[in-house]
Amino acid sequence: MMENPFQRLGRFTLEAMQKLGRANFFMAHVLLGSVDLLLRPRLLISQMFFVGVMSVLIVAVSGLFVGMVLGLQGYNVLSDFGAEQTLGVMVAASLVRELGPVVTALLFSGRAGSALTAEIGLMKTTEQLAGMEMMAVDPLRRVVAPRFFAGVASMPLLAALFSMVGVMGGYFVGVGLLGVDDGAFWSQMVAKIDFYDDIVNGVIKSAVFGVVVTWIAVYEGYDAVPTAEGVSRATTRSVVYSAFAVLGWDFVLTAMMFGDH
Amino acid sequence: MTVSLSDDQVLVAIRDLVFFHGERKIFDGVDLRFQKGKVTAIMGPSGTGKTTLLKLIGGQLRPHRGRILVDGCDVHRLRATELYELRKRMGMLFQSGALLTDLSVFENVAFPLREHTRLPEPVIRKLVLMKLHAVGLRGARDLMPSQLSGGMARRVALARAIALDPMMILYDEPFTGQDPISMGVLVKLIRDLNRELGLTSIVVSHDVKETLTIADYVYLISGGKVVGEGTPETIAHSDSPWIRQFVHGDADGPVPFHYPAPDYRADLMAAGLGGSR
Repeated sequence: MMENPFQRLGRFTLEAMQKLGRANFFMAHVLLGSVDLLLRPRLLISQMFFVGVMSVLIVAVSGLFVGMVLGLQGYNVLSDFGAEQTLGVMVAASLVRELGPVVTALLFSGRAGSALTAEIGLMKTTEQLAGMEMMAVDPLRRVVAPRFFAGVASMPLLAALFSMVGVMGGYFVGVGLLGVDDGAFWSQMVAKIDFYDDIVNGVIKSAVFGVVVTWIAVYEGYDAVPTAEGVSRATTRSVVYSAFAVLGWDFVLTAMMFGDH
Repeated sequence: MTVSLSDDQVLVAIRDLVFFHGERKIFDGVDLRFQKGKVTAIMGPSGTGKTTLLKLIGGQLRPHRGRILVDGCDVHRLRATELYELRKRMGMLFQSGALLTDLSVFENVAFPLREHTRLPEPVIRKLVLMKLHAVGLRGARDLMPSQLSGGMARRVALARAIALDPMMILYDEPFTGQDPISMGVLVKLIRDLNRELGLTSIVVSHDVKETLTIADYVYLISGGKVVGEGTPETIAHSDSPWIRQFVHGDADGPVPFHYPAPDYRADLMAAGLGGSR
């Protein structure tokens, strides 16, 4: 039976809403199960190693290059106005407010989110999750909750690392190569970057992205069709939806945080 | 709960079970009873929902009609915590083994003990080695699941299933894809464990010969209904043409060789394109 475009839109919307509803029930269940983690911190720690520590290298290297590019581009524009002394402000503000949280979240979904989706999807495909259920072990508590909280805890730390390394990269290029004054670079930065407006807001952003990206990753894995093709699609969806969600939420959060000035 | 269903000798009773998989009716009013301490086999062609039946007994799926009583409890009316308590007393052996791939053989068998008990480490070690010894794999404790053959993986899964000393074990196609030796090992294990641990076993299988040697009672299911039941002898010497075809593995009979299709000649002569009609 052929659907007309209107019917297709309706079906698509209904399916999307159902999926959103299931994802919310799923998350409620995971949050309820999080109490267990307080009693068994080992589960959380080992996942933080896989999700967080293993992402440090890619985040640090990317942060360094992004900061170096910011130094170069910023210098070119600012020197036209004779304002190259404020390069430190520009680099730090871009990183702390925007690039740190956003780029880290995108890298994080590619590095850790996709791995979480594939791992949980494969555990479902190979009946490991069903096997746990039959052993009276709730996979949402035992498998999903530690991974979710590991992701949520790791993201802000990784974003902070990204911004820090990025500032160093901007410093190497601006001060080391292009001859911006060392003292001006740092003192302007200290004077203009506000702890609450810039740093706290940036941390809030990265925490929100951490929840969004990890939630999408574990849910897509848990909801995957239990076949090889199903897991591959779920992994793709995990990365694509994460990118959309991060960029969309970035706009909303930016409007809320910086919209009034 | 209800007196009619749960007499003392029956551990699992299924009454008037109806279950749909999407649009397809898998079970259409099935009644089954599983005796305590016995090995009961469910046989039937592939795709008759034998695995589904085990998932229904374990409470992973909900029936659309009918009741399933396990040790007097209606599985689908239990609260989540009660269902989990009941599952601690059931072991299930999945076709794939369903071992946790990131844990060693030892840790897989220790998994239910670590999750559900607060036993000290030396006790857990002793228990795990005893369970592994029972399936003959005490020496394989340090291997990872990826290093095991299919038959060994199933034996490890069996050791894990008996880790909490359950009252019954559900076996999902335990013989499928096994070489003759591991098949023989599994046959021996299922029979011996059932006797020595005082278990109740439910074996779902389509391997006729092996299943008939270990079962005390057999149900044959096809098309969503029970089409035959009895002891292995009565099944093996049944007069029913369907049962004879299934037991002897004849290619044609009441179950036709051909999937329903239009007339062969007309189909070949039709001037269609590709496979479409």
